[in-house]
Amino acid sequence: MNEAVIGQGIGKTYRLGEQGTAYTLLRERIFETAKAVFRKRDAAPSREPFWALKDVSFSIGHAEVVGLVGKNGAGKSTLLKILSRITEPTEGRIDLYGRVSSLLEVGIGFHPELSGRDNIFLNGAILGMSRNEIRRKFDEIVEFAEIAKFLDTPVKRYSSGMYVRLAFAVAAHLEPDILIVDEVLAVGDSAFQQKCLGKMRDIRAEGRTVIVVSHNMATVSSLCQKVIWLANGQVKAAGDAQDIIRKYLSEGVENDFVWTPRHGILSAFEYRSVSVASADPASSEGFPANAAIDVFFDINIHDKFPASRIEMHLLNDNGEVLLTSTSADDTGQMNHEWALGPQRFRCRIPPNLLMPGRYFVTITEPYGGHYIPRENVLTFTVTEEGSVAARDQRQGKIAPLLQWTKNKA
Amino acid sequence: MHTIIKPRRGLAQLDLAEVWEYRELLGYLAWRDIVVRYKQTSIGILWAFIRPFLTMVIFTVVFGRIAKLPSEGVPYAVFTFIALLPWQFFATAFAETAMSVVGNGYMITKIYFPRLILPLASIAVGIVDFMVSFVILLLIMIWYRTPVSVHAWALPLFFLLCVVFTIGLGLFTAALYVRYRDMRHLIPFLTQFGLYVSPVAYSTTSVSPKWRFLFSLNPMTAVIDGFRWSLLGTTPLYVPGIIAGTATSIVLLVVALYYFKATERIFADVM
Repeated sequence: MNEAVIGQGIGKTYRLGEQGTAYTLLRERIFETAKAVFRKRDAAPSREPFWALKDVSFSIGHAEVVGLVGKNGAGKSTLLKILSRITEPTEGRIDLYGRVSSLLEVGIGFHPELSGRDNIFLNGAILGMSRNEIRRKFDEIVEFAEIAKFLDTPVKRYSSGMYVRLAFAVAAHLEPDILIVDEVLAVGDSAFQQKCLGKMRDIRAEGRTVIVVSHNMATVSSLCQKVIWLANGQVKAAGDAQDIIRKYLSEGVENDFVWTPRHGILSAFEYRSVSVASADPASSEGFPANAAIDVFFDINIHDKFPASRIEMHLLNDNGEVLLTSTSADDTGQMNHEWALGPQRFRCRIPPNLLMPGRYFVTITEPYGGHYIPRENVLTFTVTEEGSVAARDQRQGKIAPLLQWTKNKA
Repeated sequence: MHTIIKPRRGLAQLDLAEVWEYRELLGYLAWRDIVVRYKQTSIGILWAFIRPFLTMVIFTVVFGRIAKLPSEGVPYAVFTFIALLPWQFFATAFAETAMSVVGNGYMITKIYFPRLILPLASIAVGIVDFMVSFVILLLIMIWYRTPVSVHAWALPLFFLLCVVFTIGLGLFTAALYVRYRDMRHLIPFLTQFGLYVSPVAYSTTSVSPKWRFLFSLNPMTAVIDGFRWSLLGTTPLYVPGIIAGTATSIVLLVVALYYFKATERIFADVM
């Protein structure tokens, strides 16, 4: 048997509104059932199933390192979650030959009150390591994480760098035959990132099979021999990494200016679309740094909806959250009330603020006192045009144009 | 090793063998919950002593002294504390279990493990509290010079019944809570309501015989009566009640297990 993973006709549908999919308020379920009984059939909202993945087939050989690429919403995370057994496919079948570990995030189960030592055991167990296995690798993990002195300190006192190093160190000492990784590599400082990439190469050299999802084409091209390109829930192309990456990049698919939810209507709050546009005409590559950038939220409030807010996080290429902004910010309150009907919210990011580079927008969807994250719904690029950072290689995460005044002393 | 991933059809499979495979994780999660629960408070484990003790004092003053409820001839403090032991276990463990899935939602969306482990691990916190309370009970019984009944051997059986009922109700509620967030308001209400329909502050002998059987459908009645019978020997054992309570608990556990397993596959989709 040369194949490590074989996927055949995998499909996943989220039939929202139907029994057993979205979580609901009991009250709504009762009302909806009552309404369905009394209402004429044509008045019922359409319940078209949405296929996040459809007819996806692929095979991955032993000791192959395969990259999974595609735009946001192409089905990468859904496929990753199915492969990790977090969610179940609606149809199709996957055969995995070997011990499987999946790393969609590092440090799962870490508890801030527990010491580094305790968290190593806890996290190791969650990742599927046995107590003996963790004991055997304990010293190696501690050394890799460079936290020997703080082993008995609760991790809530750790710096974020230490925390990430420890979390990654545990994960790096897994010894699966098949490793499924999300973009968890983009964490920590650059020295540590190099160490992680080195570890990934070791894993490859040890003859393990790796499936990695990444937005970063440089990472994909340096690590992977093979790439699977997903588009609209289907395999668009698969094959030699360099080939596919070239095609992928040439399609200019790096930007996602508009997002329309494909998960259906969850509640009385509906995102119809979220989009981003430059206040100045944008080129196909991106937005000039000296123009304002508008993020539009087209929503519809179908019914009375509890006070809440739209939240937006702006992330840079390293996955760091640069800023968070909410529709309630200028009200002085945590939340605000909603008017009924379709409406548009605009969030303006001022000109001359961002560094040239690629940005992601993550939003949340309010749902009864709880927010459901919708990750990386938009992707856009800020070009060097008009940027203060274009003139030199300056440092910093943002490149604002600040006011300087000059007075004779 | 060969893993097959495909949609599950038909009646849910319990896969209890897999839970056994993950027993180390279950142990770690239980241990995490216990350590964290007492680490975050300034007097830590002392809470496990203070909570049941103060509740007993309040019950004794309000129901024993002021309302003068009969206590089957034993000191009211002993009478009520014996009932508070399983009751507090139920109240704590039920709340923890019911919240366990939603409370660990971030883990469910990020990694695979048998989901049953979460509610099972939550029971552990209740068991630790129970053991502590049990020590206090022994001290109180020594203080009042209450002799221990010869039926004491049966106590573990009644505790087992209490655990089975708690897991059953907890599992069911935990799975419901994933889909219906209203449960957050319902859980404390259920616990409070349960306290009144269970013979914690009063004796089952004061319940009219007409209602006795209906009253016994609540498994906590059988548990509490069983505790009093085992330790004091005063409450006569009402056998139809014990059978009814046991049957209710077992049916509930089986239904809850299947409901949990059937709902489990959408957990990650709706978190």
